[in-house]
Amino acid sequence: MAPAPMNGKREVVIEARDIVVGFGNHLVLDHTDLDVYRGEILGFVGGSGAGKSVLMRTIIGLIPKRAGTIKVFGVDMGEATDSERRAVERRWGVLFQQGALFSSLTVMENLQFPVREYLNLSQRLLDELAIAKLEMVGLDASVCQKFPSELSGGMTKRVALARALALDPEIVFLDEPTSGLDPIGAGDFDTLIATLQRTLGLTVFMVTHDLDSLHTVCDRIAVLAEGKVIAAGTMETMLASEHPWLKSYFRGKRSRAGYQPQGKAAT
Amino acid sequence: MVGSVGDEILLDDSVQGSNLALVGAGAWIAINARGLEASIQTLIAKYPSVKKVAIDMDHVERLDTFGAWLLERLVRAFKARGCETTVIGLKDDYKALIDELGNVKLEEPPRIGGQAFSYALHSIGENIASVGNSFAAIVNMLGALVVAWLRVATRPRTFRMTSLVHQLDNVAWRAVPIILLITFLIGCIIAQQGLFHFRKFGADVYVVDMVGILVLRELGVLIVCIMVAGRSGSAYTAELGSMKMREEIDALRTMGFDPVEVLILPRILALIIGVPILTFLGSMAALYGGGLVCWLYGGIDPDIFLSRLKEAIALNTFEVGMIKAPFMALVIGAVACVEGLAVKGSAESLGRQTTASVVESIFLVIVMDGIFAIFFASIGM
Repeated sequence: MAPAPMNGKREVVIEARDIVVGFGNHLVLDHTDLDVYRGEILGFVGGSGAGKSVLMRTIIGLIPKRAGTIKVFGVDMGEATDSERRAVERRWGVLFQQGALFSSLTVMENLQFPVREYLNLSQRLLDELAIAKLEMVGLDASVCQKFPSELSGGMTKRVALARALALDPEIVFLDEPTSGLDPIGAGDFDTLIATLQRTLGLTVFMVTHDLDSLHTVCDRIAVLAEGKVIAAGTMETMLASEHPWLKSYFRGKRSRAGYQPQGKAAT
Repeated sequence: MVGSVGDEILLDDSVQGSNLALVGAGAWIAINARGLEASIQTLIAKYPSVKKVAIDMDHVERLDTFGAWLLERLVRAFKARGCETTVIGLKDDYKALIDELGNVKLEEPPRIGGQAFSYALHSIGENIASVGNSFAAIVNMLGALVVAWLRVATRPRTFRMTSLVHQLDNVAWRAVPIILLITFLIGCIIAQQGLFHFRKFGADVYVVDMVGILVLRELGVLIVCIMVAGRSGSAYTAELGSMKMREEIDALRTMGFDPVEVLILPRILALIIGVPILTFLGSMAALYGGGLVCWLYGGIDPDIFLSRLKEAIALNTFEVGMIKAPFMALVIGAVACVEGLAVKGSAESLGRQTTASVVESIFLVIVMDGIFAIFFASIGM
């Protein structure tokens, strides 16, 4: 599924308008807007503490907003009734930064937990699906009976991704999916996200700091700074921008010359 | 016509000789998975002897992992019988998903199980062993404390005074109101019960003896220790446990600090200093409560109460209670810290160790109280 052209005609699945979020006197998000289109992988970047996770958590309803509207699949989350909200919540999956696996349940039970709550399926089907999901994220049945505390960092992320995918969501929110992974593991995880996005037709909202992820898997990048989304577009747009923050982020020391288009942008 | 969910027909079957033709339709998605699974199982059982199976997925409008897996299961079931199975008309969008699921190797997850009887024996044995282990761990901790104490005694400037004061504030100073309230109430209750029953024999005034001896020898220190075990012992376990979970204790070790010296010694010293003070305050509050009830409910004037109390108790009655306090404090602290360090990675384990810490320390406090009672009786105190 190649990224569709940026003509603005694609279906918008998340529409955030004029969002204001603050803690005490400090405004983290100051009247910011963001659109996420169906079927894209959106990389969401910004400085540490700029409020990337805050915007993500506001969209999924974990942090209350002071003003603005958030529409997911066209449903206004502020106005929706409880049952409408739940219906929408069933259509997204969230991968938290630390995995947030339930530590008292095994991997298998973690994967089955949302399915068991929402759907009345046979135990055999639950088991088979859990193993299928594990294999889709590159693990196998041998980790089923392990507890989250027995998993390595990379495995935790994969299991958490499998759990986020348990109900076949249409959108997945990933909060720094590659943080804490070695470059090989991070690269594998990027490939995995891209593969899953293709196979399942997902929309991916990815908060990340990983320039490699942005280069390799993201169709579009949105940048948050000073409480606003200051830019959104493809990697080429970001590299071409003259905004000082974008310049230092995308063309700074940590970005690699090899990624500069034809080596021009860096010079 | 088997497969239907509500009004919607998801899977239609027709058979010609040994050829089975299946036609899928509708939405093969999560909410229909239950019905679809049932119809697939029926189908597999219904045609045990077909040779060729063709599954037409052209009319399936939506397919997710659930539906795709059920299709895969259907295909695998017929293939396992040696049927020639083909899937046709699958939309391009779904091919990748089907391919992905085709690679899934199902292994039955190993289920742990066994005989109920041997399991029961096993768990009894395990429990007995764990009692022994936790006793060894407490002794170990006491040893480590002595070592840490000796090390600090040779270099007194390394002692963590700030930490000790902070812990004293937490376990002693902040505990004063609740300890006073509870021991006061206990004093009141004992006096009231004593008066009520002693009155039948006309022995009202001996209530003062009972309250005095009971409170100073046993109840004051016991109530305080139980309160402290529940209040501070559990807090120690939880603090150390979450530090263990977040590798803070390992971090201390790598910087060349001894966690026993840095974290545990100040905590246990705070208890050893705090518990006797609380015991004293608690005993006084209980006597006050007892005196108040004797006066208001039993008609024993305060000056009679006091002169009777002087006759009933000697200094050693008071000493017996106070001598026990620091030993009880040491046990509570050691148990709490041992359990805290035994926390593993999960939140559940933190909860389990905290419970164990409180239960074990209250148990040990009562056992020690019994041992002390025998000891004091035999030395005539």
